[in-house]
Amino acid sequence: MTTSQANSPIGPGYEGVQGKEMRFRDIFRDTLRSEMNRDQDVYLMGEDISGGFDKDTKEPLDAWGGPFAATKGLVQEFGPDRIRDAPISEAGFVGAAVGSALTGLRPVVDLMYFDFVTVAFDQLLSNAAKSRYMFGGQTKVPLTLFARSGAGTGHAAQHSESFYSMLAHIPGLKVVVPSDPYSVKGLLAASIRDDDPVFVVNDKKLINLTGFVPDEDYVIELGKGRYMRRGADVTLVGMSYTSVVCQQAADQLAEIGIDAEVIDMMSLSPFDEDILVESVKKTNNVVIVDEDTPRASMASEFAAVIADKAFDYLDAPIKRVTAPHSPVPYNRGLEIEFMPQPEDVVGTVKNTLGWE
Amino acid sequence: MDISKEKLEWIYTTMYRIRRFEETMLEQTLKGNSMGVAHTSDGQEAPPTGICAHLTDKDWIGSTHRGHGHCISKGLETDKMMAEVFGKATGQCGGKGGSMHISDFSKGMLGANGIVGASIPLAVGAALTAKYKGIENESVGVAFFGDGASSQGVLHEAMNLASIWDLPVIFACENNGYAEATPSWYSVSAEDIASRAEGYGMPGVVVDGMDVFAVYDAAGEAIARARAGEGPTFIEMKTYRYHGHFHADDTSKYRKPEEEEHYKNLDAINNFERTVTKQKLMTEKQLKSIRDDIEQEMLHAVEFALSSPMPEASTTYDDVYVNYSNPIPGLR
Ligand SMILES: Cc1ncc(C[n+]2csc(CCOP(=O)(O)OP(=O)(O)O)c2C)c(N)n1
Ligand SMILES: [Mg+2]
Repeated sequence: MTTSQANSPIGPGYEGVQGKEMRFRDIFRDTLRSEMNRDQDVYLMGEDISGGFDKDTKEPLDAWGGPFAATKGLVQEFGPDRIRDAPISEAGFVGAAVGSALTGLRPVVDLMYFDFVTVAFDQLLSNAAKSRYMFGGQTKVPLTLFARSGAGTGHAAQHSESFYSMLAHIPGLKVVVPSDPYSVKGLLAASIRDDDPVFVVNDKKLINLTGFVPDEDYVIELGKGRYMRRGADVTLVGMSYTSVVCQQAADQLAEIGIDAEVIDMMSLSPFDEDILVESVKKTNNVVIVDEDTPRASMASEFAAVIADKAFDYLDAPIKRVTAPHSPVPYNRGLEIEFMPQPEDVVGTVKNTLGWE
Repeated sequence: MDISKEKLEWIYTTMYRIRRFEETMLEQTLKGNSMGVAHTSDGQEAPPTGICAHLTDKDWIGSTHRGHGHCISKGLETDKMMAEVFGKATGQCGGKGGSMHISDFSKGMLGANGIVGASIPLAVGAALTAKYKGIENESVGVAFFGDGASSQGVLHEAMNLASIWDLPVIFACENNGYAEATPSWYSVSAEDIASRAEGYGMPGVVVDGMDVFAVYDAAGEAIARARAGEGPTFIEMKTYRYHGHFHADDTSKYRKPEEEEHYKNLDAINNFERTVTKQKLMTEKQLKSIRDDIEQEMLHAVEFALSSPMPEASTTYDDVYVNYSNPIPGLR
């Protein structure tokens, strides 16, 4: 056990908290386990979430333990009814999850790669997100979904998307984007306990990273951002893996004497307008960093809120560092070109502050 | 046997080329020369070979994440395929698609597809084009997909469409018994996936997917039907993948050694060699000379891929649209 250091990696305000260094994937699984122990109505569904069955005994083998081994071991603890392996029928089983949520259960669905959400999109948009509203508040859909987003692993155009903006666009659906082990624990627990449908988007680049996790049982309120780092000169806004990119950029900026503040949005819908406005009022400059493509994106949405509510405090135009308006390429060099890099953020900050 | 000498040679060359391409590609991937995930199809040589033996460049196929065998059977060049896996500018898609998206539209290959089931309706669409233009006799569509993909709703929609419109299309189901680690006995409610064809009003046949002659015969009939304007056919081929689901997958966690052994004894290539030599259709010398040529071809493919240049960074922004180039390289 360690205590978090001054300048805690999980943000100011956590100095002295008890906890330990953990891998993102391990705390993710531990949180699923504790939520399943907490509430018998929580069950998990997805392809290969245990993975494989013995032909003779019909017992689950847990050969895969989920994509990226996210759920390894859980089937031994909870059995195949609560760790339910599904055929490749995303529209069908997401719809079935919505139906079971409407009738009293709390399903958690692993959609594997984030790109596959499109196969189940109608169920998410037309049923999960709208049932409560169009039926006049009679019902609720306590459904949680998660999947892995992001470029950078050579998975090419159909396995590398970050289009969480498409989900955030949907009224009735909530969207959260953890950026480290601390935030995934609190956001996943909050999502499963929440009575609305929530999508938890995990960037693949985070899954094997380690970070400080407080020991206590905690949830992170949906819709709240956090400061990862305090600074006076410019606000860097990150979400999901770009919060890591912002931290790296802030380190590089510190070396040349620029004091950057880093905000990790954590939730995209609802999202924390107050933290954006508060920070920009102080630093007067802002760069928003997003791996999603730029049109109708979260970066654009945050920029609009800042322009609306903190316009008079801005010393320079709001800047966005995003992926280009293109699908994700396969070649590693092109992928690096595609993804926002710390150096891109540093360059944009220097421009914004009139350094070059 | 009712197959010409040239066709027999083509079949052997194609199956051996698939086998050696997959083995070579896997070896190169494990060495770190590929840039991403790679799914191998060795063991499953008979289905694409037996089917594509009846096709020309004017026929269209839709493919999957496990698409190298489909590509080779449709006549793609292994140099450009290997270069694509290596992410090189000389690759079949200029390094932008990778192993899961190799395609060649000049050869009637609609592209390998990373979304399970997604290419099935594309083959139906190609058949629709043929019917629309009145060229069914020279252009049919073949949808390759797995047992796992048979659980996608889109297959069922596509089968119904093909049937009500009498389209010249073959639903070519490669049932290798598994989708990732999930056995098909768990995920598929029917004993034979082909039995579903009946409900959509088309013939459904089950063939031994380790026997290229059986596949060749069934495909010949189905394709003749399609070319004659008699509509779709469903062919289920029971086959087996020798390696893991993807390059780093360990099959011992979900497949029994006896089962792997069983299928290796049914090996499609050995099976072919035994049959043609026994029936004196080809000599061991002929077979060996084909194998030797393929070995040279593989050395060349690796050499070509290794020595090819990387794509220019600026190509990231090309080909998003036909007639609109995105002037902003990201917002930076
Ligand atoms: C829509 C969608 N869901 C899930 C996946 C992940 N996935 C890739 S291949 C695969 C198994 C496919 O099984 P099958 O269709 O039998 O083909 P095989 O791999 O056996 O050739 C899965 C689940 C995907 N690529 N697309
Ligand atoms: Mg399969």
